[in-house]
Amino acid sequence: MTTGTFTPRPGAAPLSRMIRAQAALETRMLLRNGEQLLLTVVIPTLLLVLFSAVDIVDTGGGKAVDFLAPGVLALAVMSTAFTGQAIATGFERRYGVLKRLGASPLPRWGLMTAKTCSVLVTEVLQIALLTAIAFALGWSPHGNPLSAALLLLLGTAAFSGLGLLMAGTLKAEATLAAANLVFLLLLVGGGVIVPLEKFPDAARAVLELLPISALSGGLRDVLRDGAGVPWADLGILAAWAAAGLGAAGRFFRWE
Amino acid sequence: MRSASPGDTPRPSGREPAVEIHGLVKRYGPKTAVDGLDLTVATGGVTAVLGPNGAGKTTTIETCEGYRRPDAGTVRVLGLDPVADSAALRPRVGVMLQSGGIYAGARAEEMLRHTASLHAHPLDVDALVERLGLGSCGRTAYRRLSGGQQQRLSLAMAVVGRPELVFLDEPTAGLDPQARHATWDLVRELRTDGVTVVLTTHYMDEAEQLADDVAIVDGGKVIAQGTPEELCRGGAENSLRFTGRAGLDVASLLKALPDGSAAVELAPGAYRVNGTIDPQLLATVTSWCAQHGVMPDRITVERHTLEDVFLELTGRELRA
Repeated sequence: MTTGTFTPRPGAAPLSRMIRAQAALETRMLLRNGEQLLLTVVIPTLLLVLFSAVDIVDTGGGKAVDFLAPGVLALAVMSTAFTGQAIATGFERRYGVLKRLGASPLPRWGLMTAKTCSVLVTEVLQIALLTAIAFALGWSPHGNPLSAALLLLLGTAAFSGLGLLMAGTLKAEATLAAANLVFLLLLVGGGVIVPLEKFPDAARAVLELLPISALSGGLRDVLRDGAGVPWADLGILAAWAAAGLGAAGRFFRWE
Repeated sequence: MRSASPGDTPRPSGREPAVEIHGLVKRYGPKTAVDGLDLTVATGGVTAVLGPNGAGKTTTIETCEGYRRPDAGTVRVLGLDPVADSAALRPRVGVMLQSGGIYAGARAEEMLRHTASLHAHPLDVDALVERLGLGSCGRTAYRRLSGGQQQRLSLAMAVVGRPELVFLDEPTAGLDPQARHATWDLVRELRTDGVTVVLTTHYMDEAEQLADDVAIVDGGKVIAQGTPEELCRGGAENSLRFTGRAGLDVASLLKALPDGSAAVELAPGAYRVNGTIDPQLLATVTSWCAQHGVMPDRITVERHTLEDVFLELTGRELRA
């Protein structure tokens, strides 16, 4: 390097380029992380294949895969938007990544937009993979794909808000433990692989208000039963999204 | 030199201070980290903020970087408010945190390339990687880099966007001597190319080697500021020692010396001259010795270092 190399010539890159670069980096980090892939790809795939092939859980009438595929799609959204995002963001906060990015030309809202893009890209990859596997297992979905897409988007917003709230307020280790625990509990009690009908009525009334139940139930109503727009489930997800994103915006700490 | 830059961000041509801090106070709960600190950093050149751990250096720097809001006082960076004008300042200011700041799984070169992509006219990443000796670990994940490599990557990220002003928080802490010198060379190059550098350090020699201006911080205040030479001159007198024949005529030597000097035979054959020790005085002493047929042995000049200055100002050793 010669004299004049460092002569100041400051300037931010165009916003769209910054957000694209940040989203690409975040996605690479996610896809490179073994534990994240276990959560977002391996577990949903295994559950789908295993429970479709082996009759362990009584999934009611009809093909098992018709019951399981919507549940596993809901699980995929939760694993990326909630568990994965909470853990990754928690450690980024802990290691000063969010702090350092705060000094870069990328605005904070740009960073959050990039994170959302990264979550959506990951979800598209998950849904493509899981849908292909489900078709191979004989899945025959019904209903309006737009209703399903709307559910997936609102579900992503709800889980992102809750994940970011956790990552921005708890210690990284606590987020790691809590996000995994919540994932496990909601996997069991959120209508993903175990029908909510199996729970006592009182428990079921509460469980049905969870975002995972609204997402898995709504997707099942549309994709298995060909229902119209599942307003009730969309309403539950919208409420969780508003509460979660609102609280995250209010309480998120960057350091 | 600065006006030769074709940068498309207009910069004022005057030499107003790069950083102006007046009466900065910052408290964390009951603890006052910065307690009425005043500091002016001239544009161009290297300013070292020197002080022991806990003196308030990092809090001061992080306030300039917009991370902390002052509890009292004002902070202006490039004439702007670091918090309110953050969006305008961030592209113009390079930041090296004391530690961390990088994705554990990101590769060194990937991270640097990403940081470059956030800027309009970044440095050539390949050349910078080469320059900082990061080529061998370009594909290594950040968490697997050595401490020195992590520091150098962090430094590279601070300068890759071609900022006007860089804040380096303890850029050589924990580095081996070779890596320290490489970092010093880069800081000197930044200075030559017209970048204003503010660095914190608790190494005296770093401040003496690099800084045009040194601000000594202790207890949340700047207790002295000046060039390293000014600060060293400001302390107690310097001294010159030599050994020779016992029983030399000290009074005669004193007559040859400038007013205000002192000469004493500390022990038989061991002499000490106090005063402003400059080349002229050294020549006077040696020519006096020549006139008296004395061979002065073991001449040593004891000039005050910043270490002495710090000790005098605070009564404490800088490095614990």
